[in-house]
Amino acid sequence: MARHRDFRNRTFSDDYDDDDVYGHSVEEESCMSPSDAAQWIYDRSRNQQVQFLQNHNNIQEETEEDLADTSFSSQERRESIDLRSLNLDEDDEAKLMSCLDELRNVIGETVSDNILIQTVIKHKFDFSKSLDDILNRKSKEPEVPKPELVKPVVLIDPVKAPVITTVETTPKVVATNLEPKTVGVVKGFKVGQDGSSSSRPQTPRDQSPCTERLSKTEQKEVDEVKSTPKVKENKVDVNTLYANERGSDKDHLYIVVIGHVDAGKSTLMGRLLCELGEVSQKTLHKYEQESKKIGKQSFMYAWVLDETGEERVRGITMDVGRAQFETKTKRVIILDAPGHADFIPNMITGAGQADVALLVVDATRGEFESGFDLGGQTREHALLVRSLGVSQLAVAVNKLDTSNWSQERFNEITKKLKVFLKQAGFKDSDVTYVPCSGLTGENLVKAPIEAELLKWYNGPCLLDVIDKFNVPERPVSKPLRLSINDVYKGTGSGFCVAGRIENGVINKGDKVLVCPTKEMAEVRNISINEMPSNVAFAGDQVSVTLTGVDMQNVSVGYVLSDPIQQVPVTTRFEARIVVFNVKVPITKGFPVLIHHQSLVESANIVKLKALLNKSTGELVKKKPRCLGNNCVAVVEIEVCRPICVERYKDVKELGRVMLRVAGTTIAAGLVTDIVNT
Amino acid sequence: MKLVYKNIERDGCGSIGLVPEESEDMWHAYNLVAVGDAVTASTVRKVQTESSTGSSTSNRVRTTLTITVETIDFDTQACVLRLKGRNIVENQYVKMGAYHTLDLELNRKFTLQKPLWDSVALERVEMACDPAANADVAAVVMQEGLAHVCLITPSMTLVRSKIDITIPRKRKGFVQQHEKGLNKFYDAVMQAILRHVDFNIVKCVIIASPGFVKDQFFEYMIQQAVKTDNKLLIDNKSRFLLVKASSGFKHSLKEVLQEPAVMAKISDTKAASEVKLLENFYTMLQLEPAKAFYGKKHIERANEALAIETLMISDKLFRCQDIQQRREYVALVDSVRENGGEVRIFSSMHVSGEQLDQLTGIAAVLRFPMPELEDSDAEGDSDSD
Repeated sequence: MARHRDFRNRTFSDDYDDDDVYGHSVEEESCMSPSDAAQWIYDRSRNQQVQFLQNHNNIQEETEEDLADTSFSSQERRESIDLRSLNLDEDDEAKLMSCLDELRNVIGETVSDNILIQTVIKHKFDFSKSLDDILNRKSKEPEVPKPELVKPVVLIDPVKAPVITTVETTPKVVATNLEPKTVGVVKGFKVGQDGSSSSRPQTPRDQSPCTERLSKTEQKEVDEVKSTPKVKENKVDVNTLYANERGSDKDHLYIVVIGHVDAGKSTLMGRLLCELGEVSQKTLHKYEQESKKIGKQSFMYAWVLDETGEERVRGITMDVGRAQFETKTKRVIILDAPGHADFIPNMITGAGQADVALLVVDATRGEFESGFDLGGQTREHALLVRSLGVSQLAVAVNKLDTSNWSQERFNEITKKLKVFLKQAGFKDSDVTYVPCSGLTGENLVKAPIEAELLKWYNGPCLLDVIDKFNVPERPVSKPLRLSINDVYKGTGSGFCVAGRIENGVINKGDKVLVCPTKEMAEVRNISINEMPSNVAFAGDQVSVTLTGVDMQNVSVGYVLSDPIQQVPVTTRFEARIVVFNVKVPITKGFPVLIHHQSLVESANIVKLKALLNKSTGELVKKKPRCLGNNCVAVVEIEVCRPICVERYKDVKELGRVMLRVAGTTIAAGLVTDIVNT
Repeated sequence: MKLVYKNIERDGCGSIGLVPEESEDMWHAYNLVAVGDAVTASTVRKVQTESSTGSSTSNRVRTTLTITVETIDFDTQACVLRLKGRNIVENQYVKMGAYHTLDLELNRKFTLQKPLWDSVALERVEMACDPAANADVAAVVMQEGLAHVCLITPSMTLVRSKIDITIPRKRKGFVQQHEKGLNKFYDAVMQAILRHVDFNIVKCVIIASPGFVKDQFFEYMIQQAVKTDNKLLIDNKSRFLLVKASSGFKHSLKEVLQEPAVMAKISDTKAASEVKLLENFYTMLQLEPAKAFYGKKHIERANEALAIETLMISDKLFRCQDIQQRREYVALVDSVRENGGEVRIFSSMHVSGEQLDQLTGIAAVLRFPMPELEDSDAEGDSDSD
């Protein structure tokens, strides 16, 4: 076995000398090495590593009396993989490459790449020090590598990873350790490990009751009953991982901006971004000129968020726009929802991803009333976001400059809204009212300067209100659920899906199940807000590059699920619904559109099971004939195609459905039971 | 459909000769034929003959057979009616009692013999042979990424093509992908229209969608037609009708059919009037729940009180295998008519009929409120499903 590995290794480096044979591109020339090659044959190398590690003990025993160079070569190989998977950031990688070039110039091809890379990293990309070290090492080659390399890579590294103590050489790199790496390596030193570092079961064999690690495994097994070792490993330290990754960072807060058409949602947000300096003066000037050209100068701030030609020409938002900025304590991602009734499906998609909402109302006389009256989107949006689980709300009373910052108008509007929002289910304490003007920028990021407003208003400005929102708890330790709201071709291999992680954690390299088609896929890449990342947590908006499934077979509304604890897939479920204002009553067989996350599917209400008392939830009538306005009922819903739903008590986000008919929302429901079909 | 002859005795038994002329007539035939009826039609049968030496040859013979129907199969997409049963008239090729499956063919006469021609069946024959009701409308309901191309005939709504394409959302720097996806989608819809809509028959093509999808699509289609010099589309440009729908799912056809502009064009199709009737029922249920009822039990009791003003009943109920049940429904229809009520038989192939099917298949608007029916619910709960 040892000889076999050695042989492989040698062929690789032989090939390297005339690497043109492999057809490598010129740029890669300097850095292509056996280790690179090993990296590209990703799975195989991982397997080899694991395989080797599983047999590690035996090999060590043999090697002790065996040749020194057996262990050397094996170690050399493995460690190169480790280095690769360390995932240096771009700067470091560049530094590393330039150092390697220099070194090559001096010492030629006599030393293997792996050793070079390792040394360079060890010396923090300092060329001269590395050169010294390598030359020294070359003189006393056999001794040095053995103690330094066999042990450190297998033993010290992994210990460092979880604990993050900077022991000696490679501090930065270890901190950015990939999960998979620890998986592989921890395994390697299982004999030496006696509870000193956190005991994590790694393979099925480790969990088998016959090993001495049983006791340790047991406690973990209490949390997770039937998960594979790898999944479990993620779970166990997921909270620490979360703390490590995000502890120092500002909290992410997703806020959806809602309101009636032309309430000024986009303009308000555009202005806010400008005031915060997120939009460059140049772009703003461009927008100003262009909007003037087509005679819509008042839309210049809205153009910050409405980016497509269609939206700009028509002067309305059609799809959810997104942008981000930072407040004192938070990193805020705004989702600018369309206000037009035709685009409510898009608005639901946006609101489904949000933690809190900002309701914008137009204070202009007549405009507020038309938006608030029956059929206006102020009502529908507010009801929708509440039914989608948003409980904190800020109300921006916009365009108050048109009524000369009149306090009476402000009070009149807040009074009306208070009554309605209370009915809709918002607590008074969770709703804040802010007078402002999007176009003039009054009271957005700074305290107002308008004398009329100052007379009676001394509350916070909009930015402070946003800053004061509470970030909801992120259920990071539950099994993974990611609902897909976009599928597109990314750059490079595979394709990307974008969506929000409702539950759990997703790591690069994870296997995930695409539901409801139940196909396995592998996560190649993760990026959060266009920034690449190795891991993402519940609550994040991510785009994930998938391989292993066909793009045709994934569509909006699908769910990426943990392969072990799968999301239920069904065509029929029972739900408790609250009926809104409906023109015609709901009967059996009523065809509806069901909105579930970003999924829209046609469905039928197949059974009216019971009518409940609105406040107490007691049964009023069994099998009612029809459901009228504002009642609460238990119904059974059948969907045309299988969808992924969860019971509300299991996963809140996936347990909510909206029922819409003919462009109006007729009911919102919570999934109480899933009927197996 | 052409009526060749009608030969019905006083007691209701007898036979009728019919020639189906278009695919929709198959639907009527499907609704006419019941298990136990005798059907005579010309058909092709493989006949094996054994010579005296024991060698056997088989050849296909066209012959006319009469069978008693045992199973009825209707393929809605291809509009093919298949009747399986045993031969009851022996001829030189087929023995008595041998099984045969008749495929009813267009433009070939068939004879239907029933032990009892009830009013519903006779009405169906009349309707099928009415040449006036012959207006086809094509409708495309669409939203971004989803479209249904449907053909609306007087008694059927056929989904000819369903297009479901995932279109990437607009995102910074990836706008082309959205546009590309959208164009691909529009192209697919356009191809579907070209393939499935016969402009010789179709009076108008309705394009319905929420938002601006319909306008964008129409613009795209005309542009493409000009580019590729597609005479068919350019010449028929005036036949397209753009209306608003709330989504691209099939049941939003209901909204489309209620649109006044559409109503004007297709006023003589059953589809639009059925939608309206059902809507009336729902409105009544909202305003005066004691005047609108559904479910066989309630309707029967309302009928006993001579209360039914409009009865809506799905033709699915008349197709049921159980003769006894059919008789009950026919009796109900007759008695409502007798008492001056209006009876509308919904086609279960229309969206409105589908909805009525879900709603137990039978519903009625009453002349006067009958709250006692509602109250009787409590005791009758157990078997209402």
